[in-house]
Amino acid sequence: MADTKTPPEAVVDHAAGDSSGPVRSRRTAKQARATASSGRMAALLVSPTLLVLTIVVLYPTLMALNESLYGAKGLDPETGFISVTEPFVGLKNYADIFGEAGERFWNAFWNTTFFTVVTVALETVIGVTMALIMHKAFRGRALVRAGILIPWAVPTAISALLWRWIFNSDGIANALIGHQILWTTEGFHAKVAVIVAEVWKTAPFIGLLVLAGLQVISKEVYEAARLDGASAVRQFWHITLPLVKPALLVAMLFRCMDALRMFDLPYILVGAQKTSVETLSMLAQNEASNVRFGPASAYSVLLFLYVFLIALAFVRLLGADLIGDAGEGTRKRKGGRRPRVSAARRAEVTA
Amino acid sequence: MTPSAPSAPSAPSAKWRSALVYAGVAAVVAYCLAPFYWMLVSSLRRTSDIFDTSLFPTTVSFENYRSVFDPEQGFGRALLNSLIVAGITTALALLLATFTAYAMARLEFRFKRLVLTLIIATSMFPVVSIVVPLLKLFTDIGWINTYQSMIVPSMSFALPLAVWNLTTFFRQMPDELEHAAMVDGCTRGQAFRKVIIPLAAPGIFTTAIITFIAAWNEFLIALSMTNKPGMQTAPVAISKFTGSTTFETPFGSQMAAGVLVTIPLVVMVLIFQRRIVAGLTAGAAK
Repeated sequence: MADTKTPPEAVVDHAAGDSSGPVRSRRTAKQARATASSGRMAALLVSPTLLVLTIVVLYPTLMALNESLYGAKGLDPETGFISVTEPFVGLKNYADIFGEAGERFWNAFWNTTFFTVVTVALETVIGVTMALIMHKAFRGRALVRAGILIPWAVPTAISALLWRWIFNSDGIANALIGHQILWTTEGFHAKVAVIVAEVWKTAPFIGLLVLAGLQVISKEVYEAARLDGASAVRQFWHITLPLVKPALLVAMLFRCMDALRMFDLPYILVGAQKTSVETLSMLAQNEASNVRFGPASAYSVLLFLYVFLIALAFVRLLGADLIGDAGEGTRKRKGGRRPRVSAARRAEVTA
Repeated sequence: MTPSAPSAPSAPSAKWRSALVYAGVAAVVAYCLAPFYWMLVSSLRRTSDIFDTSLFPTTVSFENYRSVFDPEQGFGRALLNSLIVAGITTALALLLATFTAYAMARLEFRFKRLVLTLIIATSMFPVVSIVVPLLKLFTDIGWINTYQSMIVPSMSFALPLAVWNLTTFFRQMPDELEHAAMVDGCTRGQAFRKVIIPLAAPGIFTTAIITFIAAWNEFLIALSMTNKPGMQTAPVAISKFTGSTTFETPFGSQMAAGVLVTIPLVVMVLIFQRRIVAGLTAGAAK
């Protein structure tokens, strides 16, 4: 259904997008002065933010890159001298992850990956289910929405303490399942505890974003599908899912980025330096707080690269559209709202 | 389930459907609230029956709340620290973000898409990647245990968050407003100050709440940049609460402190839920 609707709009949008170039150039002469002054103004308005971000993000990143080439202070095993400054070791910190010292790094790497894949998958399924239920409910939606925001508002550190209490050996979780499991000790159950706590806090967030996506799908699409005899399941797979895909992808991208840098939850719920739950963030922080800045920087650089690659994959392969203003790729599929958006864009271009 | 419509369903099936939907809604609400409720109930128990698993406290006691404010825990100071750090972070981020977001939403300039992509990309940055080098830098310049050592790194996530939210809000406002003001003889700057800012106040306010909650909940930076109890923020302080004996985790007072830290946020969420949802979902579904 949705597919037969898309092409005309896509064509309209495409035409609008293509013509904006010439339209703009024809108007340049007339508006040259206005554009120049608006460019100056934009530079003035944007530069403070860029300056601050350069100082708090770009500069530290470059520092970390530089720092990752240095070793730790102290006794040099080869020369027997005690160095007061950090010795330059080149790429040794990176090479070390492939050696014996790398065991802790790879463990943290796989923990991070495992947590990200499992929590994001569970959150997506639970979040979409929540959104479908809430979308069907007409009364009490405000109440539900308030309730669903509460896990989001609880600070992660507090929710970690709360789940530590729930997963205590004499806690409610063991009382409910009737087994004595030491959840917060080393082992696979500690991973389960972290996943349960993480999913509780963040599935409602995905639910909210998907619900917002559901609310812009027009009823006519479903009506037409029903007339053609599509079952509820088919309607979900062929209408609902494709149409909420842009909203869902952005939500999943955000969740992935957040899960990849997971720190507070395993740190408080299980503890620092616990093999079964140590993530890359925890490893880097632990090394840094033990004044081993070289390896810590190398780990944080590697985590940064990992996050960057996953984000790139989301945007390139799946077409997640973050900016949402002039996205040419994914937004064409967005059904009924297309004309209004492109109209707004045209207004923006000519203004 | 049959693919029945809300418009013309057969009567019994519609009844069942609606019962099913509301059972589902109840399940969703229970899922979200049950752990939070457990925190509340546990905080109201006495230390002697803290391991009770009854749904209601047998004897309501404020013992845990009193122990939270025991001067030895320094919880009041931690709350104040949190308020200062999150407050200043939010104020600075909003100040810068308002101007930038206006330019993003209203002005045409080269590299706009690139700049916006860069700003949003920063918000996904792993915080630990800047904490590690900044920890070293701040140790060298003696900034450890200061407010600025927490505020500066917090800007790395607060500023992109604010820019992103505000850009969406500014975009939703009709262009005609400024045009009318400018036709009436306002400069762009005056139009911005006298027309846009007052009208965007709800959006700015929502962004402030979302940014504040993000800054208030921050843990990694506050944990790394402080080692003096007097400078810790509330989440860090609570995670380090000590019991009467070394081996006993003071779950009761941790739950009570957790409730105290969360209640302001929950109240804000309940009052402004419509706006917060609009702010959170603005980027995802337009």
